[in-house]
Amino acid sequence: MVDLSVKIGDITLQNPIMPASGAFSWDYGDVIDLNRLGGLVAKTICREPRLGNPTPRMAETEAGIIQSIGLPGKGIDYFLENIVPEYNKWEPPLIVSVSADTAEDFAAMTRDLTVDGVDVIEVNISCPTKAPSGGNFAMHSEHTKEVMDGIRAATDKPVWAKLSPNAGDIVSIAVAAEEAGADALVLCNTFLSLKIRTDNFRPALGNKFGGLVSPALKPIVMRMVYQVAQECSIPVIGIGGVTKAEDVVEYMLAGASGVGIGYAGFRNPTTLTTIIDDLDEWCDERGIKEISELIGAVRDDDIEWDPLVAASQGV
Amino acid sequence: MTDLTPEDKYSAKPIRIGEVDPHPDKPTGEFISIVVSNDYVNDEYLKVVLDVPDRALTAKAGQFFHLLCPTPDGAEVWMRRPMSIYRVDSANKRLEFLYKKEGRGTQGMAMLERGEEFNIVGPLGVGFWLEEDWKNIVVLGRGVGLATLAPLSQLAAENNVGVTAILSARNPEVVMSRDLFEGLGANVIEVVDTDSSSDVDNVEKILEGLIADGKADAFFTCGSNRLLSLMKRLGKTHDVAGQVAMEQNMACGLGACYICMRTFEVDGEKTLRRVCREGPCFNMQEAVGW
Repeated sequence: MVDLSVKIGDITLQNPIMPASGAFSWDYGDVIDLNRLGGLVAKTICREPRLGNPTPRMAETEAGIIQSIGLPGKGIDYFLENIVPEYNKWEPPLIVSVSADTAEDFAAMTRDLTVDGVDVIEVNISCPTKAPSGGNFAMHSEHTKEVMDGIRAATDKPVWAKLSPNAGDIVSIAVAAEEAGADALVLCNTFLSLKIRTDNFRPALGNKFGGLVSPALKPIVMRMVYQVAQECSIPVIGIGGVTKAEDVVEYMLAGASGVGIGYAGFRNPTTLTTIIDDLDEWCDERGIKEISELIGAVRDDDIEWDPLVAASQGV
Repeated sequence: MTDLTPEDKYSAKPIRIGEVDPHPDKPTGEFISIVVSNDYVNDEYLKVVLDVPDRALTAKAGQFFHLLCPTPDGAEVWMRRPMSIYRVDSANKRLEFLYKKEGRGTQGMAMLERGEEFNIVGPLGVGFWLEEDWKNIVVLGRGVGLATLAPLSQLAAENNVGVTAILSARNPEVVMSRDLFEGLGANVIEVVDTDSSSDVDNVEKILEGLIADGKADAFFTCGSNRLLSLMKRLGKTHDVAGQVAMEQNMACGLGACYICMRTFEVDGEKTLRRVCREGPCFNMQEAVGW
């Protein structure tokens, strides 16, 4: 039987399967056994209570859904008092996602979340509908460095930095986060998108812009995970388009130590645990004893670059 | 690793008919149902009948299932479609849903054929509830909204609560659920557009008559903003409690994504609630129509 456990810095997860922040809550315990997950990832918390964005918050497109929720929540005090204990009823480590509008408040909130019951702080420095210097720090490496420096100084807990696919050069952002002391990099948040209705000429979402959520993101994020894993030495978590066990394998081959799952859990609430079962079986069938062997195991060092030779070989 | 016995190793997949249910105590499941029939019941509405695993039969009046509709056009239907239960047929282990072909989800659903598999998640949400001192209730619905209200007649019959059902429709041919309500002993009043009996003024007179006759301890409605406003107003004036089943686009259906928000007004304060988790059945006086 394969050992599915993976190490993300100092934390060991029993398997690499986690929900993506915002796409999960303990409500999923109504359908599946949450104790089987690698980690529990709470919805992003902000300091003050927030209603979130105007509805409609979701629209279907040809290639997935776009959504703009706007980080609704009851604020950090309620979160610490009520939501952390709710997650602590389950065994897997709790990863708390946090967002703030300024670097100072990001650091302060990180300090406030450094309590028992919180195992990892995932800093959502990449909410796609926020400005580069007002929440979406991960659009620029200097903003990333500034906010991450403050966060690192504020806590001894593991800090995972969630990055944006909307940045021009995600590798430089990742390097900035690592240099500032991030324990892991989460790639990535949603892709900024727009849908306009042709029946009434209006944007389909109440907030106008939204983030694209789709299996179509997988090859794009795969490329980002690969590039970042080449340049950074801290663990990478891949989020984008995972719907089956082979997708997890693919992300791990590209260099990821774990994955986050969003859309697939909306569509089939049993997906997360099904993927764990299938991953187990996939490894057993191939005699893989430890899944961590797969991390970065892509075989690309002997690529044939001569087109005349390549075209004379099989595929 | 969590210790897993071979039996529960594959516990998380959708549950099929005849399989041992690994989570008999969980309120919700992902099930593979089998289509028994899927036919038009009149010019506008279709009814799909599904064979389902036992746990799906625990569904209560007003609760819903989240349906993974097949594609009508070759392109992906990305999200499930929430649909309230029309009938739980425990004797035959079947669920029935009544629907109208509107968007891509229901268009795809209409293509389901006998024997096909249909993935459903549920039961979900808060259904209708009856207070002990309600002896007679009034159910008012229009069009496919009556599908949601239909199981309420069964719930009322089981609790010896009298039902007056006011069924509103465009014309007499498409009045929904008459037999179902009458079969359970409800007093049925049909109102239609073709003779203007469905006008709000006339429905208001009927409701006021029922209040005067002591037949209206509580109001129930679904599917029409006009009728919700009317019942809300009369309920407030005459101190009649009420519930409304509401709808909104959904993604997860479980309460995690906060997509299905609607506005409610509680003690003068407006607030947002999740239709999937706090609803879909709500206190009528707190609901804000659209």
